[in-house]
Amino acid sequence: MTSTAAASVEHELVQPSTDTAPVLAPAAAGFLDEDSRAWLSDLRAQGPMHDAAVERLHALLLGAARFEVARRRPGLPHLRGEELGEIALEAADDALMSVLARLDDFRGDSRFTTWVYKFALLEAAVKLRKRAWQGREIVLEQETWDIFSSVGLSPARAAEQSELLSALADGIAALTPHQRRVLIALAVNGVPIDVLADRLNTSRGALYKTLHDARRGLRAYLAQRDLAPTLSFEENR
Amino acid sequence: MEMPKLEQMLGRLLGPAGSEVGCDECFDHLDRYVDLELAGHDADAALPGLRAHLDGCPACREEHESLRALVDAGRS
Repeated sequence: MTSTAAASVEHELVQPSTDTAPVLAPAAAGFLDEDSRAWLSDLRAQGPMHDAAVERLHALLLGAARFEVARRRPGLPHLRGEELGEIALEAADDALMSVLARLDDFRGDSRFTTWVYKFALLEAAVKLRKRAWQGREIVLEQETWDIFSSVGLSPARAAEQSELLSALADGIAALTPHQRRVLIALAVNGVPIDVLADRLNTSRGALYKTLHDARRGLRAYLAQRDLAPTLSFEENR
Repeated sequence: MEMPKLEQMLGRLLGPAGSEVGCDECFDHLDRYVDLELAGHDADAALPGLRAHLDGCPACREEHESLRALVDAGRS
């Protein structure tokens, strides 16, 4: 167990600042491992040592961005290798700017390399999602819910399912128009949250808050009717 | 687009039960969560609400999977 990890488990959950989400308290001041300390020291230095550290950091970020591009490449058959390379480079450039701007935010809660990787992966993932949806229409309404019906059920189960689908449709109709559009785009039609945020000129965090509120409203609607459906997050794991 | 099964659709529509963090908090703590996971610690106990968010947010879940895979690859 590293000293950083040991400090990390001394974490506490503070009271939510909003009605929707807990806010995670920062870990106790992290004990920097030797490698993380060296990175910070070199990046905060002046002159050639700083320049060399920035160059090494960019190489690290580029490697992470290429890793993400490679993971997603099977789902992007229409993109040429050259385009993917450009996306990785652009992601590394943007991640470098983010890391350098937020260097003082690094608290040693993780290894420095883990911390910087997430910036490169985020930049690459967002760019690839947007590229994949470039020019595609986003459907914000759902005409019918019967397409999700299971087949081959007993008459009793079929009646239960029909009641549930009907209640779902009514519960979704009872949401605000914005909540309904966001829920349908993200949850039903699988639009990536970054893509929708871009199209609606908002942020990922704000959209997720809307999604969360819509889900809570829908859960409450079903609960009032004594409907407690079985959920599956199988696809998520 | 292939249609998901009803239970999967319900999971997407209703999301995880209980408290969860938002996307910004998830990003802030994702590196720590992954390092704890890979070190064999109870990351869910250390960072409550983060796993629920990963269940409910496909984009953050993908980024968690990538970070975990990348860090894990670097350790071996």
